[in-house]
Amino acid sequence: MDNFEAPDYYSLDDLFTVEQKLIRQAVRNFVKKEISPIIDDCCQRAEFPKHMVKKFGDLGVFGPFVPEQYGGGGLDYTSYGLMMQELERGDSGMRSTASVQGSLVMYPIYEFGSEAQKQKYLPKLASGEMLGCFGLTEPDYGSNPSGMITHFKDMGDHYLLNGAKMWISNSPLADVAVVWAKNEEGRVHALLVEKGIPGFTAPEIHKKWSLRASITGELVFDNVKVPKENMLPNVSGLSGPLRCLDSARYGIAWGAVGAAMDCYDTALRYAKERIQFEKPIASFQLIQKKLAEMITEITKAQLLCFRLGMLKDAGKATTAQISMAKRNNVNMALQVAREARQILGGNGITGDYSIMRHMMNLESVVTYEGTHDIHLLITGADITGISAFK
Amino acid sequence: MKILVCISHVPDTTSKISFTDNNTKFNNAGVQYIIGPYDEYALSKAIDLREAGGGSVTVINVGEADTEPTIRKALAIGADDAIRVNAFPKDANFVAEQIAAVAKSNTYDLILMGRESIDFNGGMVHGMVAELLGLPSISPIMKLEINGTTATMSKEIEGGKEVVECNFPFVAGCQEPIAEWKIPNMRGIMSAKSKPLAVLEPVASEEVVKLLNFETPKPKGACKMIDPATPEQLFDLLRNEAKII
Ligand SMILES: Cc1cc2nc3c(=O)[nH]c(=O)nc-3n(C[C@H](O)[C@H](O)[C@H](O)COP(=O)(O)OP(=O)(O)OC[C@H]3O[C@@H](n4cnc5c(N)ncnc54)[C@H](O)[C@@H]3O)c2cc1C
Repeated sequence: MDNFEAPDYYSLDDLFTVEQKLIRQAVRNFVKKEISPIIDDCCQRAEFPKHMVKKFGDLGVFGPFVPEQYGGGGLDYTSYGLMMQELERGDSGMRSTASVQGSLVMYPIYEFGSEAQKQKYLPKLASGEMLGCFGLTEPDYGSNPSGMITHFKDMGDHYLLNGAKMWISNSPLADVAVVWAKNEEGRVHALLVEKGIPGFTAPEIHKKWSLRASITGELVFDNVKVPKENMLPNVSGLSGPLRCLDSARYGIAWGAVGAAMDCYDTALRYAKERIQFEKPIASFQLIQKKLAEMITEITKAQLLCFRLGMLKDAGKATTAQISMAKRNNVNMALQVAREARQILGGNGITGDYSIMRHMMNLESVVTYEGTHDIHLLITGADITGISAFK
Repeated sequence: MKILVCISHVPDTTSKISFTDNNTKFNNAGVQYIIGPYDEYALSKAIDLREAGGGSVTVINVGEADTEPTIRKALAIGADDAIRVNAFPKDANFVAEQIAAVAKSNTYDLILMGRESIDFNGGMVHGMVAELLGLPSISPIMKLEINGTTATMSKEIEGGKEVVECNFPFVAGCQEPIAEWKIPNMRGIMSAKSKPLAVLEPVASEEVVKLLNFETPKPKGACKMIDPATPEQLFDLLRNEAKII
């Protein structure tokens, strides 16, 4: 039984609109009804609950910031953040599915696509009739995507695509992949590659200890003939994928708070009920220290998200500001998960409680969409004006 | 088919209950409000009926402006329009008179609400509304099927269930499993913003109940274990300590 209660130590609820609170409540209730009852089992069996794609579409969590004319919700970014928070409160893998579809597939098609591409793909991606994936990372180029090898050649009536992508969320089941590849001049462009096209395969990556309810795979292109109309016309250069990542990382900053809140809520409840030495363990100072520090860090992260949401809605959030929030909040959530797990003692080790699942999930979240250290370097470069990447 | 659903605006089931002003006012600091859970069953059923057979669903709430988020939620779930009678819902009689006044000037085929609210749990409003309108009232109903202008309902009774049939119009108090709660989707939440919400002033109503003060139940005492070899100890405790026999 999922009886999660969200902490709101600084009464942030006073600052959200009626709609934002309704949205959060709707997604929270959806998670309690549809995700919590099955998620441990999905993770134990490393199985992606495919039926969730359509349900997410019906609920409206895919690309809610895309205008209604393309099937989106026409909603603000704070609402999007709250949706990601609630989904990740359920499971980071479920949030990942929605992040990829919304921020990494729908966002570039909406921002950089032609009218025909928008009409062809966006309504179906929004409704969950189609699943998408985003191929940037390669086996030899992760933190440094500018080195990517995947490339295409203009063959007159089509592009010939070759190369491989690695660690791609949703890829084995995706109907369409947004693939970042270099042209003959070495300039990065995006191609929409549809499932089933000859030469294109998407094998699954197995044995993950993290995001086990999210499916991850490769994208392999062996002389794939991509129709010319499948190139996104309005983007060229690495700033394209980086803008998508800004949108996704923004959602992750909120999502991580959700995972942390779930761990905190579970640990607080447990600490008040678990008796050792004839007292609830919550009466011991060391346990209180853990819980007090958790709620302090969660509250700080909530405030960071709230302000970042305002900046994003005003079109003013910078890449560096988003990096700071992604890095801080994911790291915070990992620390909270580790402390919360200790409070549950042996019970924290099993899937009967969500904490260890969150903890393992967050190991991916701290790595993907820019590692913890890379985000630090982004802040470093921003404040000193000197890049320390190379 | 025109359906009126009456919704109460009540503290969430996890709220900590306390009182202010010498125990005469409910302390709503930090309390989250929700649609009364039984009322939400009624609303879900109304929407199912409209989806199957057409018509409209209007929600009504007797409450001050702070209940509007709750009303918006009902619109997000799928009601077509809403009425708020602008008054503090002081007691069941007052609320019933307001609802009846609205229902008199609009003809509804069905007036649905929860079997009871979850704040005062009086379970009286459906009966009173029906009486004021001269309509039949049935509660608590767990199943409702419509055939033309006749409804067949299952009702919980002591030790079994009763199946009743009733022609439109009537009033019913609902409970699970009459329908499944609906989670509003994003589209519903956004469209709720532009759905009509009429605010009406209350009709005059005579005060028949006076609220004196509230009391919370005594906290549960510790559990005492009694050795099965000495059952007389139980009688001693019940007689001399609990003083209930
Ligand atoms: C479950 C999962 C899902 C994913 N989904 C997607 C997806 O959908 N699409 C996609 O394109 N990618 C996806 N990724 C890939 C992810 O974004 C990359 O793993 C990430 O960017 C890191 O790249 P890497 O694994 O190659 O690590 P590397 O770049 O090799 O980094 C290894 C270590 O070196 C450090 N490092 C690297 N460069 C520097 C430097 N200059 N200074 C200091 N330290 C440095 C890193 O911080 C890290 O600690 C996913 C990954 C996972 C695990």
